Amino acid sequence: MKKAQNSVIIIGNGIAGITLATRLRQKSDCPITVVSDEHPYFFSRTALMYVYMGHLPWDQLEPYARSYWSDHKIDLLQERVVSLNSTEKTLACASGKTLRYDRLVIATGSVPKRLDCPGAEAQGVQGLYHKQDLDQLEERTPHLKTAVVVGGGLIGVELAEMLQSRGIAVHFLIRENEFWDGVLPQEEARLIGQHLEAHGVTLHRQTQVAQIEKDDQNKVEAVLTQNGERIPCQWVGITIGVQPNIACFKDSGLTLDRGILVDEYLATNLPDVYALGDCAQLKNPPKGRNALEAVWYSGRMMGETLAETLGGNLQTYQPGPWFNSAKFFDIEYQTYGRVSAQPTATENHWYWQHPDKNCAFRIAYTPDSRRFLGVHALGIRLRHQPFHDWLLQGADVDQVMEELLHAHFDPEFSTRHLETIQKNFFQNNLQTQ
Amino acid sequence: MATKKNSVLLKNIGLGLALGGILTLGYSAVFDLEGAGFLWSCLLALLLGGSLYSYALYRDSLPGIHNDGVWFNALTNRGVWGWLLGLGLTAFYITIYFYPTLLGYHSEGKNSGLVAFFDPLSVLLNGRAATQWFVYGCLYTLAILLFGVKFMFKYRTEKYQVLRTLSIMFFQLGFAFLIPELLAKLNGDAPYFAKDLKNMWPLNYYFFEEWHLDGMLQGGSLGLLMLGFGLVMIFVISPVLTYFYGKRWYCSWVCGCGGLAETAGDPFRQLSSKKISVWKLERWMIHLVLVFITTTTLAVLWTYTADENNALGLQQRTLWYGALLFFLSLLALLGGYYRKNLPTDARYAMYSVFALVLITLVMRGWNGQNPLFGVSGYQLRAWYGFGFGAVFSGVLGVGFYPLLGSRVWCRFGCPMAAILGLQQRLFSRFRITTNGGQCISCGNCSSYCEMGIDVRQYAQRGENIVRSSCVGCGICATVCPRGVLRLENEGAQNRLNDPVLPMGNLLKTTQNG
Repeated sequence: MKKAQNSVIIIGNGIAGITLATRLRQKSDCPITVVSDEHPYFFSRTALMYVYMGHLPWDQLEPYARSYWSDHKIDLLQERVVSLNSTEKTLACASGKTLRYDRLVIATGSVPKRLDCPGAEAQGVQGLYHKQDLDQLEERTPHLKTAVVVGGGLIGVELAEMLQSRGIAVHFLIRENEFWDGVLPQEEARLIGQHLEAHGVTLHRQTQVAQIEKDDQNKVEAVLTQNGERIPCQWVGITIGVQPNIACFKDSGLTLDRGILVDEYLATNLPDVYALGDCAQLKNPPKGRNALEAVWYSGRMMGETLAETLGGNLQTYQPGPWFNSAKFFDIEYQTYGRVSAQPTATENHWYWQHPDKNCAFRIAYTPDSRRFLGVHALGIRLRHQPFHDWLLQGADVDQVMEELLHAHFDPEFSTRHLETIQKNFFQNNLQTQ
Repeated sequence: MATKKNSVLLKNIGLGLALGGILTLGYSAVFDLEGAGFLWSCLLALLLGGSLYSYALYRDSLPGIHNDGVWFNALTNRGVWGWLLGLGLTAFYITIYFYPTLLGYHSEGKNSGLVAFFDPLSVLLNGRAATQWFVYGCLYTLAILLFGVKFMFKYRTEKYQVLRTLSIMFFQLGFAFLIPELLAKLNGDAPYFAKDLKNMWPLNYYFFEEWHLDGMLQGGSLGLLMLGFGLVMIFVISPVLTYFYGKRWYCSWVCGCGGLAETAGDPFRQLSSKKISVWKLERWMIHLVLVFITTTTLAVLWTYTADENNALGLQQRTLWYGALLFFLSLLALLGGYYRKNLPTDARYAMYSVFALVLITLVMRGWNGQNPLFGVSGYQLRAWYGFGFGAVFSGVLGVGFYPLLGSRVWCRFGCPMAAILGLQQRLFSRFRITTNGGQCISCGNCSSYCEMGIDVRQYAQRGENIVRSSCVGCGICATVCPRGVLRLENEGAQNRLNDPVLPMGNLLKTTQNG
């Protein structure tokens, strides 16, 4: 273990900050303090929904036993940081406390975007991101019969599932034609939309909020849409995306854009100040990656990377091929590499969908060299390893489809959809040639 | 809407029938109710009603596993109903073990009450009046069948779960219940636990006891067949199957204890403790049980083979030398390959087991007149049979389902699970594969693991799960929302992977996470 006397303060105990803390501890015995005002202990944010649905009790949301932190000499501090003074190297807390750091890591994550319309400040209008949001929703739940969820993305569909599980009728307002169709191609988006409807969610496509009506106690009464429809409800969930949680760093001297700007070492413009996770914006994102990625996996990889650097082994952030996953009620979604929402001049698609099950598969490749670009699947589990390797090797689509069964990851005895997919692909190919 | 109404109606009919059956049982226990007609109707009502209820319960739900509200329900979150059910089950076990007369069992004279109610079935199957153990066997089998049907409806989208449950139901009904009862008609009587055909040593710890060995040796060709089958099961079939498929082939596909846990115990699987301290306790307990069961078996065999008049007409000295050589090679193999790969407790347990085997074999080779270690093996056995067989597997194991989860016995007390677990850890190809870097640490896998394995701890590091206690029920993979886990036997070369980082990051690092 490398001896270092440079204390590290990490603001934020989400996956990015905690991955950094735990991995840095293996490399160095420098003092590590993690500051968070949300909850003293790290929990899986992606699993908040399962607490509300009664799948998990709160304590099982915490991936580490509570004794882990003291055993590994990682100090946990429940404080709200309100400002940063980089010349003095201090942080001011809402409680009046001042924290002194040698090295500072900002991992404050995101905040939900707010809706900009009359009535948006009414009681019962909220997002779902923090533990406090969940507590607030839980508190309101006994009074809810109908809820409106605004925004056709991942948190929106989770919220719809959560509310449904507690017997609350859900109206789901989507600005676009279909659910998540900025990311999902039409066919998949439609399939998910139908699935939501089968679960009893009322979908309002191409619908935006004009106004939120409230009663004289400032409580939500109804949502008025721009199409002129009035939906009576007692609660409105706003899930139109998230943005970096950086408000308290406005006057800190940090260079900010949408997020905190960082270089390839995740360092900010200020000495000994780093940023990672949702709140960090890469000045020069690696090829195929975005400047802002509010994704669990990216936060984790940034934490892994910075732990090396702070542990004395200077490393740039080098995420491998993109991957992601989600679940829409009962339909699992996995993706490796990049698949655009629509085929383009430089991106061909081949698509397969099961005639009656909620299973679909799409593969993207370049038209000229047939280089494999990416794949995604609904209702079919795909193995990460082979896709990771194919993407790194620059394999072509025919090789991928030839060896597709290596990616089979569905449970034993289940239908091997990949065999059908493979057969169809080569039959189609023969016909087109 | 019409189908919803139909479902409610079907559910109520099912519930009504099942309740009728239960009330009839209760009635028979208090006021004697005799007559085959009542028994058949009661059993039929229970089976039909229960199945109908399960069908109606899930028929409107879309395919997919929905654990909604599990932790809000006072039955499944250790609430009032959980405690009441736990106390009720415990009371039932205490009654059946210690006060069978309360159930109407009379060793002399005619049965009454609940036991008498089951007389017609008992007479039909084994030609004798029922005992409390016969009633217990009936209820046990009934529970596995009824809750097995419910389980299959709940997990109908997962073929693995459906097939596994069919297998459990088949082995319980046929091999553990019907066939032994029918054999008893031909073979004379034997206690309930001696009849489970699919049980093998050390779960049926009496396998090497005098009465059992004599029974088999003197039982003609059928007896010898059973002896041979038993030995082949222990030394050949079981290790081979465990090598290819993991211990799940037994623990969650065949075994009756596991069978009840998987079916009737399914609603309580999330209650198993995931604390590190409990894991530690579990490992010490299970390995001590293994040492204990080996000691007592040796003691019994010792006494048995010392007796010149036993039924074993073999060349005893040759037998001992053969066994000695066999165990010595096994010890050398194990010790050589795996010494550093095992946790302390498992290593101690293995050393003790083999030391015991060796000491006994060597001593027996010279002369064999005195009881081993100064205690009678039968005394130890009696204590084990009571302490573990009764109190542990019954009262704690099943009675406490709603409080400690469904696999308490399998986790802490089953010697079979210990042996198969060692094999699984060391020789098997089986593991739960983690799908690269896809884990989001949500915790569903850990929570719904009935064996209390903190699956997430492995999955979030991108590490495969190779644990001796894993019974391969597959529920972790079923409840995973991101497709991260898969039970696998194929291609075992990367079975014990030890990733430096979960997949996804191209960073070069030297230290494990």
